[in-house]
Amino acid sequence: MSHSLRTLDDGAWVSVDDRREAGASELWRVRSVCDCVVGDLLVEGVVDVGVDGRAVTARVAGRCLTCDRETVTGHLPVGRVVEGSYRPLATGAVRAPPNVE
Amino acid sequence: MPTDVERWKSETYGNEIREHLYEFAEEGWESIPDDEHDAWFERFKWWGLYHQRTGQESYFMMRIGTPNGVLEPGQTEVVAEVAEEYATGPAENPEFGNGYVDWTTRQSIQLHWIKLEDIPEIFDKLDAAGLSTQQACGDSWRNIVGCPVAGKDNHEHVDALPVAKGLNETYKGHEDHTNLPRKWKVSVTGCREGCGQGDINDLAFEPATAVRNGEELKGFNIRVGGGLARNEPRIARDLDVFVDSEEAIEVGGALSALFRDHGDREDRFSARMKFLVDEMGAEAIRELLQEEYVDFELDHAGEDLRSEYSYNAGRANGGHADHVGVHEQKDGTYYVGLNVLVGRMGAADTRELARLADKYGSGEVRVTQRQNILITDVSEADLDALLGEPLLADYSPDPSPFMRGSVACTGTEFCSLSIVETKNRQVRYARWLKENIDLPSGVEDFHIHLSGCTASCAQPQIADISLRGMKTRKNGEAVEALDVGLGGGLGEHPRFADWVAQRVPADEVPGAIANLLAGFEDRREGEETFREFVERTDEETLADLVVPEETDYDDPYMHNTKLTWYPYAEADGMDEGPAPTDRDGVSLADD
Ligand code: HEM
Ligand code: SF4
Ligand SMILES: [Zn+2]
Repeated sequence: MSHSLRTLDDGAWVSVDDRREAGASELWRVRSVCDCVVGDLLVEGVVDVGVDGRAVTARVAGRCLTCDRETVTGHLPVGRVVEGSYRPLATGAVRAPPNVE
Repeated sequence: MPTDVERWKSETYGNEIREHLYEFAEEGWESIPDDEHDAWFERFKWWGLYHQRTGQESYFMMRIGTPNGVLEPGQTEVVAEVAEEYATGPAENPEFGNGYVDWTTRQSIQLHWIKLEDIPEIFDKLDAAGLSTQQACGDSWRNIVGCPVAGKDNHEHVDALPVAKGLNETYKGHEDHTNLPRKWKVSVTGCREGCGQGDINDLAFEPATAVRNGEELKGFNIRVGGGLARNEPRIARDLDVFVDSEEAIEVGGALSALFRDHGDREDRFSARMKFLVDEMGAEAIRELLQEEYVDFELDHAGEDLRSEYSYNAGRANGGHADHVGVHEQKDGTYYVGLNVLVGRMGAADTRELARLADKYGSGEVRVTQRQNILITDVSEADLDALLGEPLLADYSPDPSPFMRGSVACTGTEFCSLSIVETKNRQVRYARWLKENIDLPSGVEDFHIHLSGCTASCAQPQIADISLRGMKTRKNGEAVEALDVGLGGGLGEHPRFADWVAQRVPADEVPGAIANLLAGFEDRREGEETFREFVERTDEETLADLVVPEETDYDDPYMHNTKLTWYPYAEADGMDEGPAPTDRDGVSLADD
């Protein structure tokens, strides 16, 4: 089954199948994005979206509330497709670029 | 690869969108196929409709473009009527009630909670009054801004209104200029104060005098590539071109065509004119314009009036910094500028405004880029009676500087990009400052602009105090916060604010401003303005003066207002709102 995936409203949202699933103003816990072991990233805009296996990913512009780093991230997971439907990542999940551990 | 937006635009864009809108309106919200939402909502923007944020599905923001901010006699009443009848939502705003008009920083009008099903009726009413939502959003000519008293101002250099109107009539709906790579914001200024704010627009016409055939000729210099959004603010750059009023229309279209052909359609983040000017340079753009887009020899820039600019400039040079108050027009009548706090006015008040404009003036109302409104053409004999009207107690022609200086964008109430609540918060800030703080003597203008995100719709970077939405942690909780910037302003030498304090919890911002103003008063030299003080003070000292502090100011919006369906609702959880709803506002069970 094919899905549509895009940024919407010039970076306000990650849109999956024409539903606004993630976006600006969210707080994400992140690894390997800033100087913190686990950073507290305020998402200010979605720059790009992608797919990695079953994971839906996004590159976002934002700022870490702990170390103050302003950055555009690599692809971070926002959710995954399970049995044909999209499931967002839990709010508190720690996100990291797939190739970093 | 072309972006999705470019693909959708190449399929259906421009005037034809209106027919589709009417079909969807007829069939109802649910007739928009689920997998075509993104495409249609992008297209609807061209007709001035912006789908509201998550939690408010099926409701739209509607923008009405009023060229140069002019509402002709009769139009204000229709705006009030539409707001009253169609712009009411499922919950009240505690400051503004239900059904209100936003006068915007680009001299337009915004209404919220509009139902798709009501659009044909609304368009009928607007059409009949000569009002339009066409191209108010989307990738094309946006509402043209300018000095709101063009044609009336006692001292203006040249009447720019015919140029603003001419550009609007020529290029709104013009097929060749329908689909641009990105928005195209145009400003036309003819006055000496710089009220058109050309420096923050894609294309600016600025008052100037050139010598042609040995004779002095009044007209405009052209600047290009200004804009505030996305942490990449740019001041428009001098194109070294002078035009008279007629040439202005032609060259405006030529520059829009140049942008259409050369702007970046691969990446929306670098599509705006400001980036094309970065890339090519103003000189190369001038050459290209001359070679391929105009068929007469362009004049070089004439003598400008920039040294006199006072609007949003933070200088006490004798010119006005806004249009609030009573001012004489060149025909001997007066305009009365009313302060509309954060630009929002209830529908009933808007109706009363229309009545007062009819009774005491010509019926005309004008909107300024500081979210205020003007009643024009009032004869001297009627001034006192107008000033005594009850409406003017709420929308004062002589407000506290903190009321007068407040500008705020839409924020989390409706906007997808926003990080914090804005308008209601700014209303509370202004009230608290008015009650608790005295400005140093002689300081009459003090501008505080609050934007919910870096898109900068409230033009924060050109205020005395610049506020921008952020978040921080306070006692372990994520709370709404603001970055604080200083030193911005327009004028002869425009400058954008430096962000000297980051992530100040929103409830500590009034305290921070109070402390900063106390520091200013202590260190002030002579009669200097706040901007002048900031300019001669180093950034470290300034940062030290911004001391965040809790006060008796109370902020009811500290929690993450974006996680609510509506920040002021009794039950505000994302799943507790009724959206999407049917044509009568009844909740449609979500699949
Ligand atoms: C990609 C998204 C957006 C960007 C980049 C953006 C950017 C801007 C900028 C830069 C301005 C004017 C400042 C200037 O003169 O340069 C502006 C105006 C404005 N924007 Fe936005 N904006 C966006 C979305 C929105 C949304 C979703 C809303 C509300 C629902 C909104 C509301 C406003 C208002 C009220 C104004 C002033 C009115 C006018 O254009 O007439 N904006 N926007
Ligand atoms: S500045 Fe940001 S939050 Fe405010 S209206 Fe514009 S896009 Fe929305
Ligand atoms: Zn960090």
